[in-house]
Amino acid sequence: MKEKETENKKGISNWIDERLPVFTFINHNLRDYPTPKNLNYFWNFGSLAGVTLVIMIVTGILLAMQYTANTEMAFDSVERIMRDVNNGWLLRYIHMNGASMFFIIVYIHMFRGLYYGSYKYPREILWMLGVVILLLMMATAFMGYVLPWGQMSFWGATVITNLFSAFPVIGDYIVTFLWGGFSVDNPTLTRFFVLHYLLPFAIVGVVALHLVALHQFGSNNPTGIDVKSEGDTIPFHPYYTVKDYLGLGVYLIVFAFLVFFAPNFLGHPDNYIPANPLQTPAHIVPEWYFLPFYAILRAVPDKLLGVLLMFAAVMVLFFLPWLDKHKIRSANFRPFYKQFYWLFFINCIVLGWVGAMPAEGVYVLISRVATLYYFGFFLIIMPFLSKFEKTTDLPSSISAAVISEKFDNKEPSSSESYVK
Amino acid sequence: MSEKDLKDKDLSDPVDEEKRDFLFITTAGLAVAGGAVTAFSLIDTMNPAKDVLALSTTEVDLTPIEEGQSLTVMWRGKPIFIRHRTSEEIRSANDASVSELKHMASDESRVKNPKWLVVVGVCTHLGCVPLGQKVGDNKGEFGGWFCPCHGSHYDTSGRIRKGPAPLNLEVPPYDFVSDEIIKIG
Repeated sequence: MKEKETENKKGISNWIDERLPVFTFINHNLRDYPTPKNLNYFWNFGSLAGVTLVIMIVTGILLAMQYTANTEMAFDSVERIMRDVNNGWLLRYIHMNGASMFFIIVYIHMFRGLYYGSYKYPREILWMLGVVILLLMMATAFMGYVLPWGQMSFWGATVITNLFSAFPVIGDYIVTFLWGGFSVDNPTLTRFFVLHYLLPFAIVGVVALHLVALHQFGSNNPTGIDVKSEGDTIPFHPYYTVKDYLGLGVYLIVFAFLVFFAPNFLGHPDNYIPANPLQTPAHIVPEWYFLPFYAILRAVPDKLLGVLLMFAAVMVLFFLPWLDKHKIRSANFRPFYKQFYWLFFINCIVLGWVGAMPAEGVYVLISRVATLYYFGFFLIIMPFLSKFEKTTDLPSSISAAVISEKFDNKEPSSSESYVK
Repeated sequence: MSEKDLKDKDLSDPVDEEKRDFLFITTAGLAVAGGAVTAFSLIDTMNPAKDVLALSTTEVDLTPIEEGQSLTVMWRGKPIFIRHRTSEEIRSANDASVSELKHMASDESRVKNPKWLVVVGVCTHLGCVPLGQKVGDNKGEFGGWFCPCHGSHYDTSGRIRKGPAPLNLEVPPYDFVSDEIIKIG
């Protein structure tokens, strides 16, 4: 009886699988999928970004059921979510902090790729799709921040849309077009709401492409060496499902801490003042995840040049695979690149910091130096190192690297069990 | 140490199956519990919010309604029919034989004061608002209300007498706060 049941079940899944190979697909991509056996915890951030996207879409859909996209009612409808809707505060705080968490995750994910050379051959398109996702995220996050229609929403929208007025001749037309009027007003709010709802699904689509491109050649790894034999890999399940699951647990603790204990830590109090088109707040800053780019914008005294440079700061990432043509991927084996990389990392934090400071005095100077290094890193240092940097000895394979790392430097401990 | 040594070491390491089961069950259990609590909290946001629940009572002053007149008020987004019944209407409601009704209910069971009939003005068939509140309206064959959507006839007690509707017009919870004021809800 029992045998017959399992046989029958197998029959059904086989029947479906033959016609629509979902089970083969799952098995191929999430179970047997051969993955380099030396991935460290920085490889968790891709799946974390995916989970965050789902969290944002679920909470976003539920919020959209309560929100009213109208300049007269938007602010009050958000306050109603906070006070009257069951668990509305939780919903909004998850979504609000989820945006910040999403950027933290994605930025770490990108710095990981930058360190280990994940953008190099044959993963160029994988990287570029990632930059497309980043651009879509930035647009979505910006428009989402406008929806509560507080002071920061309104003036953020005004300042960012006005960036386009920097373009000669067509600039004013573009801005009027974006606004659907002659100032940020109801038509702007309604279209921002629609696009804020729409773009995440575009992100889902690009994420799917990102995964297809990833699974074409498989994950990069901390050594940056290609997988050479089956011995270099382990199946995705259970090894990386468990590792991702543990990382997810830690991530959700951090996320939950923000949501429950410091929900407004990353926000700006001025956004709890209803939008007033007649008065700009004294100190206007974007959300933290835009600060480095904001700093680059303000570093340049020319309006058009500042705007172009800010856009270029993101666009330059598209060309990364051709700016860094060094054949070694991982910074672990590139002593000079490694140092410039960490300097670049610190530089990005400095940019973020000056972006939050008033644009005056010494801050302007710091932002200029930091901007110079930001572009210098990509446009001068990377091509230069591609040509002249000598590398340290590469291990012969992933397995060889793993063994020497584990056992050459320290005594093997008895509790460490090892899986081929 | 070579790869071969590692393999040998592996084999000598026994797997504690009981510990693995414990870990698996506690981990999966926690995930299911956490997921369920989160899902419940999120789905609960779609239930009526506090401001919606706050609208769940309505007070009505009956003094301006003359005998034979009707008044429609809103309660929870629905129309409430209040009719100041004439003695003739009360009599006709009582004359109907309860056992022959589609949805058996005596007139006394549907009123607090026979002069005042209070019912939810939503047809029990598919939710249209029946006619009969205004002077010129078609009140149906039984002098109560008539639903124009699919032809249900209600009598002067709001009971279904003819047509597709399965139930009588619902009587909302209400109380006489004083002789002339009722509180619905």
